[in-house]
Amino acid sequence: MKRLTAALTAGLMAASMVSADPVDDTLVLNGETTIVTRIKAPEAVADVFDEVISGWHFREEETRAMQADDFDNPGMIFAELGEDLWNTVEGSEDKSCASCHESPDNMAEVRPGYPKWNEDAGEVRTLEMQINDCRENRMGAEKWKYTGGDMVNMTALLASVSRGRPVNVAIDGPAQSTWEAGKELYYTRFGQLELSCANCHEENNGRMIRADHLSQGQINGFPVYRLKNAKLNAVHDRFKGCIRDTRAETFEAGSPEFIALELYVASRGNGLDVEGPAVRN
Amino acid sequence: MERKFLMILTLAASTGAAFATEIPPSDVIFTDGAVEASLTGVAGDPENGRLIVGDKGVGNCVACHEISDLADVPFQGTVGPMLDGTGARWSEAELRGIVSNAKMMFDESMMPSFYRVDGFTRPGNEYTGEAADDSFAPLLDAQKVEDVVAYLTTLKE
Ligand code: HEC
Ligand code: HEC
Ligand code: HEC
Repeated sequence: MKRLTAALTAGLMAASMVSADPVDDTLVLNGETTIVTRIKAPEAVADVFDEVISGWHFREEETRAMQADDFDNPGMIFAELGEDLWNTVEGSEDKSCASCHESPDNMAEVRPGYPKWNEDAGEVRTLEMQINDCRENRMGAEKWKYTGGDMVNMTALLASVSRGRPVNVAIDGPAQSTWEAGKELYYTRFGQLELSCANCHEENNGRMIRADHLSQGQINGFPVYRLKNAKLNAVHDRFKGCIRDTRAETFEAGSPEFIALELYVASRGNGLDVEGPAVRN
Repeated sequence: MERKFLMILTLAASTGAAFATEIPPSDVIFTDGAVEASLTGVAGDPENGRLIVGDKGVGNCVACHEISDLADVPFQGTVGPMLDGTGARWSEAELRGIVSNAKMMFDESMMPSFYRVDGFTRPGNEYTGEAADDSFAPLLDAQKVEDVVAYLTTLKE
């Protein structure tokens, strides 16, 4: 009797494990562009993963379908608002982004390489920092709030024109020390629950934590539209939330810690296509 | 503040003399990961333990563990092993050790330490994202640990 129960339990467990695996599916955007959502692990994580997998594979069918069609993807509405901002003249120089950069399509090569070392400034810059640099120093306009609506909409626009191009952040040379600081944070067990990013996203992706299906915590889909809060979410806000959920004192969006963490996490997804604005639950 | 005061009052009233003999988190003695002595001297209440284990706002053990006996609680996690039969695998003292501080039993365990107050990196004030303040307390108080242990010992198969 007892053995029977054990066999039954084992069967049940196996079933639940299977259903928790990332789904086998292909993301084809608008029936045209195939997006690389899983690929051989890049250098940064070759020792822990065979393959890196987009968070898209860990979501339900309806959520995945929503992202595959621009008309169904609520994130694209915000990318369009970003396009309005792109054309808005602001600041003492009477310029818009378009005055200098013309079409947003000219930015297609940009998102995949950020965060990136900026030689003149002598710092690793996130896309948000670069946008604010143009606003302040080229337009004579006020900086946007790091994860405010305008900024998130602009990053949605810049991600959208890069969809289908592989993430490719540089982690050597002058960016290396920042990358290492990010790695250190990734493996730090924060808060009263003492959980690191790796505890959840490296060691337990594919498993359930309460109602949530743990993914690898990749950021190729950011900013992401979340059904949960019905808005676009910036990557630093996601980091903030994940650290807060370990009952820890979190870091601020735009802080040196999160800039370093972003570079490191991006490098764990080198090779995955940019798919922002993605849809998640 | 008011809540804390009320809690102290309630505790004092319900546990009476036992309150004085409660073992604070830093004084708990572990032997091979197990804790022999009751943390309070008051027998644990398995019914209350069952509630704590399943309650998202209290023990939230089901975030990581499946338990058939709690089939009514939806969305059980699979990060840790299923707890069915854990009361047959481990003694009461071992279970007390695991619940109080699982890292003493399992090296580097992902399971949080439920009865510990120091040694954390950037401890927060619950789930606010703010730094911890004077109200910082173990995840479970001593009697709740005893209640949870009493419940786990009933999970024989
Ligand atoms: C007055 C001209 C000017 C305006 C207006 C301007 N930029 Fe720029 N932008 C530049 C120049 C020049 C560079 C490249 C030099 C550098 O790296 O600092 C640049 C670089 C960038 C980059 C980085 C490109 C790369 O290859 O790394 C981004 C992203 C960017 N701008 C976004 C914007 C956005 C968004 C706006 C509007 C909010 C804007 N810019 C407004 C001149 C401008
Ligand atoms: C307690 C477990 C836990 C920890 C620790 C944790 N996360 Fe998460 N994280 C989640 C859950 C649950 C989700 C939502 C489901 C999913 O995509 O995994 C999530 C989602 C994410 C996402 C969104 C992925 C996507 O495809 O949209 C990113 C990025 C992320 N986490 C990064 C991090 C980073 C960086 C850390 C460390 C600072 C971290 N997480 C720590 C549980 C955790
Ligand atoms: C963040 C995830 C997590 C949470 C929350 C958690 N545990 Fe665990 N637990 C684990 C893991 C992982 C193990 C496996 C031991 C190891 O190797 O670390 C474990 C092991 C155990 C064991 C030993 C299992 C056996 O039978 O061999 C018991 C008992 C246990 N946990 C009880 C609890 C109780 C009670 C709670 C709530 C008060 C709880 N756990 C909360 C992750 C968790």
